[in-house]
Amino acid sequence: MLKVHRDTRNPDPSSPLAIRGLSVSYGEKPALFSVDLTIAPQSMTAIIGPNGAGKSTLLKAVLGTVPRLAGQVSIFGRALASERHRIAYVPQRASVDWDFPADVRDVVLMGLYRQSGLLRRITRADEAVAEDALARVGMQDFRNRQIGQLSGGQQQRVFLARALAQNADLYLLDEPFAGVDAATETAIIAVLKKLKDAGKTVVAVHHDLSTVADYFDHVVMINTRLIAEGEIGTTFTPKNLQDTYGGRLMTAQIDRLREAGLH
Amino acid sequence: MSGAEFVPLSLTPILIGVFAAISCALPGNFLVLRKQALMGDAISHVVLPGIVVGFLITRSLDAWAMLLGAAAAALFSVVAIDVIRRISRIETGAIMGVVFTTLFALGVLLLEQSDASSVHLDVEHALMGNLESLIWLEARGWSSLLDPKALASLPPELPRLALSLVLILGLMLIFWRPLKISTFDEGYAESLGLPVRAISLGLVMVAALAAVTAFDAVGSIIVIAMFICPAAAARLMTDRLSAQIWWSVVFACLSAILGYILAGYGPMWIGFDHAVSAAGMIATISGLILGICAVFGPKRQARTG
Repeated sequence: MLKVHRDTRNPDPSSPLAIRGLSVSYGEKPALFSVDLTIAPQSMTAIIGPNGAGKSTLLKAVLGTVPRLAGQVSIFGRALASERHRIAYVPQRASVDWDFPADVRDVVLMGLYRQSGLLRRITRADEAVAEDALARVGMQDFRNRQIGQLSGGQQQRVFLARALAQNADLYLLDEPFAGVDAATETAIIAVLKKLKDAGKTVVAVHHDLSTVADYFDHVVMINTRLIAEGEIGTTFTPKNLQDTYGGRLMTAQIDRLREAGLH
Repeated sequence: MSGAEFVPLSLTPILIGVFAAISCALPGNFLVLRKQALMGDAISHVVLPGIVVGFLITRSLDAWAMLLGAAAAALFSVVAIDVIRRISRIETGAIMGVVFTTLFALGVLLLEQSDASSVHLDVEHALMGNLESLIWLEARGWSSLLDPKALASLPPELPRLALSLVLILGLMLIFWRPLKISTFDEGYAESLGLPVRAISLGLVMVAALAAVTAFDAVGSIIVIAMFICPAAAARLMTDRLSAQIWWSVVFACLSAILGYILAGYGPMWIGFDHAVSAAGMIATISGLILGICAVFGPKRQARTG
């Protein structure tokens, strides 16, 4: 009889996000191969790796939006289906058409869908939640602005506000700093740090190696396979970077990173 | 024009045109926003083979057989487009073009070969419909609207279209939020646990329902025009989705009413003898409205991202 291999190691139930043996492929090409990782509670974790390493795919596989070939994902020790309400996802800004006929308020209210459902009217309490989320990202003055008229940074803040309105425990962000201005980057990182201080967990796909050590306390380094995971101090090392990026990361760049605070 | 002339000869075709136009314009808004306007085109083409096959199986022009046949054909074309996209990696637009022209051509062949063409189904009817012939001869004037005996002889297309319009409106109201969220940001909608593939398929099915009920009365020219023109024109008038839907309904009504009247009387006003096809005129008017909105619409500026 054919015996299916199952990973019997139990994922840590205290971890907001634990992955065992996750493999995903697009057609013939594997995008992720047998990835194990355990995100620490109340951490801010950066997922880094070269282009095509499977960073975004990892988030999508966690959310079940790309099919898994194999592997288990547990959210706070349970299956995704029962814990979905505890996750807020911020997709890449470039993944949507900002010419969509909606204003800032409309987009943030989408974050309340799980409470409002199909037909329940939007209440004052809902409006207050949306208003609060906008205030936290500094966008309260833009509530009636058409989303296509916002700058890239403002659009990214609106996406973050929509996730904040969900009042989740685990935040998954896909390249939240891509194409945003410096002020927005500072504003976003401040919001994320406050989330962490409030006991939430933040996981972000990140591409700017020079800010990893400043912004995050944990790092996951992947290149189709998991290369390393853990605290910045012990994990974000030149050797692991070399293993993750291969020849694509020049020694000079690593030196610059070292000056920027890399240990 | 007196009620005694207007009610029997013009009221029902105008109402049928209006209902058909609105039924198509409503799902059309979402098709256009999802960059699937071509899907509306595809659906209205595959309705033809669906109706013919429905007729061949049941041997009747029963509306339900046609509706089921068309829905099956629409479902088949959506699945076929998806399968070909997965295995061939050809661009989606090209696949849609191939699938719907092939199925439409197959429908024409089936129609010619079968005895379906001897009854009420024929190629010209499929293209242009027969809006002008959907008159209400029993009507004696406005009072007939309250006369049960006269009402019983209404063209059956009218209550059928009214029913499907109510159904489409109801579905859109109930699923408004999931439709809006998944149309704007599918990845996010999926992260909320919304069944985005089912929503997308449901939208196509609603479009198929609109196409098949409208097709029977007004032909595929209007169906194709009404899926795209009112919604695209409405987008140029407003930056709010709910307002866009209302504008599209206004444009759909305007096209249907103006188109019908101009087709019937316009040629005589400028000295020609014969009326022209109402379906053709309605579609032309909807295109003109889109053109006017493209030039003068308040929200037509290209946006910066």
